[in-house]
Amino acid sequence: MKTDPSGVLTGQHYLDGDHACGEGAMAAGCRFVAGYPITPSTEVVERISRRFPMMGGTFIQMEDEMASMAAIIGASWTGTKSMTVTSGPGFSLMMENIGLAAMMETPCVVVNVQRGGPSTGLPTMVGQADMMQARWGSHGDYETIAVAPQSPQEAFDVTIDAFNISELYRVPVMVMTDECVGHMTEKVVIPKAEDIEIVPRKLTDKPPGEFWPYVAGKSMIPEFARAGDGYRFHTTGLTHNERGYPVMSAECQQECVTRLVDKIRHNAEDIVRYEEEDTDGADVVLVTYGITARVARRGIDIARRKGVKVGVIRLIVVWPFPERRIRELAPKIKGFVVPEINYGQIVLEVERCAAGQTRAALVPHMGGTVHNPEDIANAILEAAK
Amino acid sequence: MSKIAEQTHTEEMEHPVSPYLRMDRIPHIWCPTCGIGTVVRCYADALEHSGVDLDKASIVSGIGCTGRVAGYMRLDAFHSTHGRAIPFATGLKLGRPELLVTVFSGDGDLVGIGGNHFIHAARRNLDILVILVNNFIYGMTGGQNAPTTPITARSSTMPFGNFERPFNLPHLAESCGATYVARWTSLHIRRLTKSFREAISRKGFRFVEVIAPCATLYARLNKLGTGFNLMRFYHDNAVIDHDADTRDLDISFQDRIICGKFVDKERPTYSEMMHEHFNKILGEKFVPLPPEGGMLRDTEPKKSPKGKKPAKTAEPKRKTSKSKSGDK
Repeated sequence: MKTDPSGVLTGQHYLDGDHACGEGAMAAGCRFVAGYPITPSTEVVERISRRFPMMGGTFIQMEDEMASMAAIIGASWTGTKSMTVTSGPGFSLMMENIGLAAMMETPCVVVNVQRGGPSTGLPTMVGQADMMQARWGSHGDYETIAVAPQSPQEAFDVTIDAFNISELYRVPVMVMTDECVGHMTEKVVIPKAEDIEIVPRKLTDKPPGEFWPYVAGKSMIPEFARAGDGYRFHTTGLTHNERGYPVMSAECQQECVTRLVDKIRHNAEDIVRYEEEDTDGADVVLVTYGITARVARRGIDIARRKGVKVGVIRLIVVWPFPERRIRELAPKIKGFVVPEINYGQIVLEVERCAAGQTRAALVPHMGGTVHNPEDIANAILEAAK
Repeated sequence: MSKIAEQTHTEEMEHPVSPYLRMDRIPHIWCPTCGIGTVVRCYADALEHSGVDLDKASIVSGIGCTGRVAGYMRLDAFHSTHGRAIPFATGLKLGRPELLVTVFSGDGDLVGIGGNHFIHAARRNLDILVILVNNFIYGMTGGQNAPTTPITARSSTMPFGNFERPFNLPHLAESCGATYVARWTSLHIRRLTKSFREAISRKGFRFVEVIAPCATLYARLNKLGTGFNLMRFYHDNAVIDHDADTRDLDISFQDRIICGKFVDKERPTYSEMMHEHFNKILGEKFVPLPPEGGMLRDTEPKKSPKGKKPAKTAEPKRKTSKSKSGDK
């Protein structure tokens, strides 16, 4: 379906990534946002709070990030598309209810404008060290989806995608942007509303009385009923059966958790998205994402001028990971190079998928600024030896 | 004799509140002589006699013994995380303003781990009814000290008796801005039901504390006998004083429990404040979230064409309350 034009600021703009992300949410039909101030993400909700009253949206500044996350889950159960926005420390506080959103199968979007960590770390400076937290941060087994934009334009685009994917698979989707993309100002083109395709909340056709909230067929995605439509359903963070009733047994746990994970794993090929460049006949393939993908361009140029054939896989959807593609490339190349603003997160996934068929070299950076492109170039040259 | 003959038919009779309960989940998990069931019964009675549209009524619980209440009510029911029932309810209420939202949870959940959410929702005057069952202890986890445990009472983590000062909950709620504040025990069935009915009919942050026996843990650890003994204690020691100053409502160990309706006043709700403010500042440009929520739908004609505002009120229609204490 086409989106509601009231949230779409069609035209060419000069926006930073945070504002672009906020515009993406509004264009996607988000009408409830709960947030708590935290640098460097606050501009997202500042923009939304200024524009929401004119489009039937509600923004509330909650008392903390636990409350923000809980509130967007509650709002999502009314069918209202909802989002929260934070950075590292707030992301940690949201983990509890991100697990609840996964368990209740609640579509919602969580934006993390990453800064340096751990703890309070570098509040105003860049990091990319929450990537594994986006995947595993809440306790228990579950799968989420995470996207990582490399520019303000992409922050706009992938935020819309994040809403759409969260509706399709009924999971929280993380927009894992970073301080650099968030505070970088570039041209952002916002299309006309009729050119923005959105996935609306699909409500069940079943009448009340014949509906149970967690009956999932082959698709593994249950049908949705919203609060206030007479279904009188029950949903819980406890392990539950198809009726949404708690069942404390190993059998029910097996069924419940397997589906929560498999609905993403089995659809991973449809969800993964990456840009691929010059991987045919490449000596070295760079696997990169977010702001580091931009910085790496210069490193790639340097290495190419020195005669190395460099291919690039730029992750747009980070979780689920493009496992199959990495596995295919591994035996054909001399090595992967993974620059990231952390001490090794996505590189572990590349290494796992390469399964010993080639090396995966990390170009680490602890954060506070982006990589020196020379370091990336040197890592490529080293890998090409 | 005829009475006994009649009783043989009771098996086929429906329990009077069964339309409000998920009978397919009964029996419940609560211990014999636990007070929570009685409070649920009073709430169901109040729903029945309030004439609310049950399809539009939602209930949210956190975690704990009382946290299980949402699971037994035949409403749209959300069993959320520990302490987060109120923020969850905040999203539910603001996401679809026409809903009647009740938060039903325990003392540990709502004012222990969830205390911050409690005071902020009261401050905002969020339009929700909060029912707090206070059994003075963490029951589900085995009798640990609660922010409500009276001084000197024993708990499993205060084996030599509690020395931390407990909350005076009606005072906390009033100080933070609640529009309706009452306290009863689970013995006060008639008054509690009436209080629930009143609270359902009011607007804003409404708070009802219900003192209830925990025979399995609180009474056992403190050698207070059975639930029956605790109910008898309430009978002998509950004092009804509607005019009591909420500052004087502390509960000491095995001392009198002052009950009553302490606050019943009008104050604009969060949504009313927001609407009034945006109408004033933004005028025609302001488009409130419609009462049925902000869900975008393919099949329906557009709800709010530009410039035209949807239905004015975002709150469910309810009787207006009489100001008791003169809010101005």
